[in-house]
Amino acid sequence: MELFTNQVLAGIATGAIYACMALAVVMIYQAIDHLNFAQGEMAMFSTFIAYQLMQWGLSFWPAFILTLVISFIGGIVLERVLFKPLTNAPVLVHVAGFIALFAILNSVAGLTWDFTIKQFPSPFGSSGFLGSQLISTHQAGMVGVTLVLLALLYIFFRFTRVGLAMRAAASLPESARLVGINTSWMIALGWGMASAIGAIAGMLIAPVVFLEPNMMGGILLYGFAAAVLGGLTSPLGAVVGGFLVGIFENLVGTYIPGIGNELKLPIALALIIVVLVIKPSGLFGRKIVQRV
Amino acid sequence: MSTVQDSVSQAPAVTAPSKKSMTISTTATLVVFAALLITPLFVKNFIIFQMTMVLIYAIAILALNLLTGGSGQFSLGQSAFYAVGAYTAGVLMENFGVNYALTLPAAGIVCFIFGFLFGFPALRLSGVYLALATFALAVAMPQILKLNVLEHWTGGVQGLVITKPDAPFGLKMSQDMWLYYFTLFVSTVIYVLAVNLLRSRSGRAMMAIRDNQIAAAAMGVDLPLYKTLAFGVSAAFTGIAGALGAIVVQFVAPDSFTIQLAIAIFVGMVVGGVGWLPGSLVGSAFIVFVPNVAESISKGLSGAVFGVFLFAVIFLLPHGARQVARMIEMLFTGKARSGSKV
Repeated sequence: MELFTNQVLAGIATGAIYACMALAVVMIYQAIDHLNFAQGEMAMFSTFIAYQLMQWGLSFWPAFILTLVISFIGGIVLERVLFKPLTNAPVLVHVAGFIALFAILNSVAGLTWDFTIKQFPSPFGSSGFLGSQLISTHQAGMVGVTLVLLALLYIFFRFTRVGLAMRAAASLPESARLVGINTSWMIALGWGMASAIGAIAGMLIAPVVFLEPNMMGGILLYGFAAAVLGGLTSPLGAVVGGFLVGIFENLVGTYIPGIGNELKLPIALALIIVVLVIKPSGLFGRKIVQRV
Repeated sequence: MSTVQDSVSQAPAVTAPSKKSMTISTTATLVVFAALLITPLFVKNFIIFQMTMVLIYAIAILALNLLTGGSGQFSLGQSAFYAVGAYTAGVLMENFGVNYALTLPAAGIVCFIFGFLFGFPALRLSGVYLALATFALAVAMPQILKLNVLEHWTGGVQGLVITKPDAPFGLKMSQDMWLYYFTLFVSTVIYVLAVNLLRSRSGRAMMAIRDNQIAAAAMGVDLPLYKTLAFGVSAAFTGIAGALGAIVVQFVAPDSFTIQLAIAIFVGMVVGGVGWLPGSLVGSAFIVFVPNVAESISKGLSGAVFGVFLFAVIFLLPHGARQVARMIEMLFTGKARSGSKV
């Protein structure tokens, strides 16, 4: 039983990472109705910016805030320059654009900061949380940040003018335009927020997996799995999905023989396919019915 | 969903060209083919090797082109099928001593089954979701290949080393040159097969699905069958390319088949022009030679170059090499073909 509790706790801790990433994925899916394959690389790039700022002598929190601002603006600029002209383009073109962004960011990060593995400091320290051996303060901090982020997003989408406008623009663009919402800028805002959330995820993950240009490959896959499991239309679902995927991954790794660390990515793959086949709208998502 | 179809239906994959342009494209085909036949006689072995790789990737890109341009489905997971083909060839040759030429059909069959089975969940998915599922497949593939269970055959992380075949019938030819002509033969056969497939009843059914799924179903096209069939055929061709690749490179290892390979194949298709089969050769020349040039300037630059080219193609030449080919053709004929958009 103790092993079980340990594994669940460890699962929650890793799940926080996936939850963060899934939140970013859902944000952009809400705004533009596409999955951004470059999301992980955007987060990785933001983390490198934070790293660079700290190299220049900033302490953690100022660097953190500044990185968020830069990522937010960066996300908006990317949308305005590269993806706004493609608004009405077919899916294939969007996927090609995301792939292009993926390749460029990965390569530029490698060229600028090279491909060696770097340490990234944790703001929460790495001692045991409340004297326990199971979960470190950094992991507890990660869970905390994810929950705070979810609460903030909930308040933003529920009670603020801009948040409501964004939801309107995403669900019924034409009607939203008729009531005077600038839908095009709402999309840009969605990109900015997704980029900033991705930056938070990146900076929280980096102390665990270490900083390098390819650090996000597997994590993005888990983020996708979490988002798909929770339902691509629901931020709450994304977070719950993230924790579930984390716990599931750990339990499967512990209790099913023959599955060690090596099988973890295939598990994410299997999970994505099973969910998409059995319940494409996920646990919390709305079912989208298309008129013929 | 309608947007998916728009992308590929702007120009049909198989057109009925007018007589004059027919002679031009026939001439162009013959010139390219002659160049492919003669060039290896005059260049060094390393360049022959690179040309072989161009042909191999051209098969893989052609396979993706059949899937996307033919039936309108996406795949970012072609590297997985390529890997399965390569491993099939490697395992058969090294563990069972099968002749290298016989591993190609074997790889094709194994990959056809694999692709056909993967096509089943893919049936439920469209557009972005399909891209996502195949993306996941490509990311997970290297880890699946490293599994302990399979290590006995696959050699685990170390991979397999494959012996290079000699030229048969006592031909006085270097191994590289023989493999080049062998690959050229295989890719020509596959090209002809692909063109004829698109012109056949099945091909028309696939294109009908691409253009309008609902209308196609109403016409009596069996959607699940033709969609999975397209996946299977595409996987089979990719697998053959993978098998050839394994024989030519003489080595297979899990980390040769990462998502980067899937991206390269995708880039090749977009650069060559979606739905235009001859573009596959242009696309594969692009993905073989451009990274070489880029890496010689700085390590890791090729990704950025790929990305920038992709954006350039998206914004400036949405039809890729096909558009360039049309422009050249117009220069020769002096006027635009009636009815052609580009």
